[in-house]
Amino acid sequence: MVTNLATAAPALVSPGLDLELSFTQALQGLGLSPQVAHLIWLPLPMALVLVAAIVGVLVTVWLERKISAAAQQRIGPEYAGPLGVLQPMADGLKLLVKEDVIPARADGLLFTLGPVLVLVPVILSWLIVPFGQNLLISNVGVGIFLWISLSSIQPIGLLMSGYASNNKYSLLGGLRAAAQSISYEIPLALSVLAVVMMSNSLSTVDIVDQQNGAGVLSWNVWRQPVGFLIFWICALAECERLPFDLPEAEEELVAGYQTEYAGMKFALFYLGSYINLVLSALLVSVLYLGGWGFPIPVEWLAGWLGQSVDAPVVQVITASVGIVMTVLKAYLLVFLAILLRWTTPRVRIDQLLDLGWKFLLPLSLANLLITAALKLVFPSAFGG
Amino acid sequence: MTIANSTELICFVVLAAVVVLGSLGVVLLSNIVYSAFLLGGVFMAVAGLYLLLNASFVAAAQVLVYVGAVNVLILFAIMLVNKREDLKPVEGLQLRRLLSGGVCAGLLILLVRVVVSTPWAVPGPAAIGEGATERIGEHLFTDYLLPFELASVLLLMAMIGAIVLARRDVLEADVGTGDAVDQGLIEKPSTPLLVDQSTR
Repeated sequence: MVTNLATAAPALVSPGLDLELSFTQALQGLGLSPQVAHLIWLPLPMALVLVAAIVGVLVTVWLERKISAAAQQRIGPEYAGPLGVLQPMADGLKLLVKEDVIPARADGLLFTLGPVLVLVPVILSWLIVPFGQNLLISNVGVGIFLWISLSSIQPIGLLMSGYASNNKYSLLGGLRAAAQSISYEIPLALSVLAVVMMSNSLSTVDIVDQQNGAGVLSWNVWRQPVGFLIFWICALAECERLPFDLPEAEEELVAGYQTEYAGMKFALFYLGSYINLVLSALLVSVLYLGGWGFPIPVEWLAGWLGQSVDAPVVQVITASVGIVMTVLKAYLLVFLAILLRWTTPRVRIDQLLDLGWKFLLPLSLANLLITAALKLVFPSAFGG
Repeated sequence: MTIANSTELICFVVLAAVVVLGSLGVVLLSNIVYSAFLLGGVFMAVAGLYLLLNASFVAAAQVLVYVGAVNVLILFAIMLVNKREDLKPVEGLQLRRLLSGGVCAGLLILLVRVVVSTPWAVPGPAAIGEGATERIGEHLFTDYLLPFELASVLLLMAMIGAIVLARRDVLEADVGTGDAVDQGLIEKPSTPLLVDQSTR
């Protein structure tokens, strides 16, 4: 049975705020050609999202320090700024001015390239994170698939830095990281596939639109509870967060593939892992928690207040609410991840691989099949 | 020439140079780890060429399958068996190199001749872009169903073969040498499946 998916997808969503259109129109009003206006526009959202990612990391690092302190009944950072909010900046500054050491017997080129290969795919993946109907860098058709394929590049960087350090702990850490990331990629992709099947599209914007029909009740988490859990576990494993931080298990491997790194190169690993954590939380909120959607649809609220959805003021408010909701949902998940880190023990490598291959993989396959069956039986509820 | 066109041309030249030089590096470098990493770079550049052809799904699949799976497994295999041993010099190495170089050059001449003599339709058929994902899916489940299923059976066979080769405890004799396997030396979580239990 072959259905034409393009006709099945609903196109009844309000366009919302389109900053690119207004910006390029304003520049064209100044007498520039459309091409030049587009060229001037291009770097702006990229720079904005890069800054947002870095600020997100700083906030996450501060949260990690404060929450870990609370979990251990300490105070945590308190001198750098009010409540220690400037502590992550101080950390970053320290790493920036630290001596950059390359071990004498290490392979200098690969040693330098490794952290870059770990960081770049993670930053590129921010391309597809939507903060609103038009508030993302690029609504590429392959959307969420782009993130899955980009995140599969990371293990190469880890293997590279593990190998180039010329240290047995580094090599073991790199191999473990690659093994872990390969094993958890498959259940992750399968649980994403179930969501994609329900929304008939790989694009992150379409996935969110499909969830925002009836506010909180139509979020994917109710239709995909198992997929949500699988995705969250696999995302934690991909980010190498406790309880899955085996590649850098301090007691066994010193710091895994990061052992020989210092200064800015170490900071790149650090940055990469935190950007990845924030990105994973954002994607969980996009895939399962309605993305930028408010628990009660903004269209309904506007209707009750007697306002048109297309009115400029309402559009600006809708866009702001969307950004706040996306970030709020993501940070609740980040908080959960931090709490998990400071309250759960680490699993052993055999338990990790058993969980991935013998439990999560069959479970996610079953989840995919059941979703397909439900989609055929209840096409209205499961996005037929 | 518009900005978009010149950007496309520059991207194509850079990617093509990376593919050609990277492949030469994969073949000619003596350090096998460098070769493996360069292979990953070549795969990425090929994915970039697909992107230039407006085939974003194929590009993402290329990255996922070739860089994320094939290349990582190659690296894994190299690093797990990275024994530092001095290899015996091969006799007549220069002659062998000349011969293989000659074969490769012949193949290159043949391919160049095919490229030059074929009447290519310029410009080619228009790319369907974002619709490609659905089109590929339709083909895989209709007219390409049999090759698709055969490929999956082939992968299954390869996987079973790899498991049998890796888990020596399920076999009575070594696959390579034919010597009997000392079952006492191998740590087993459960009783082996294929070993005859009545003889012990």
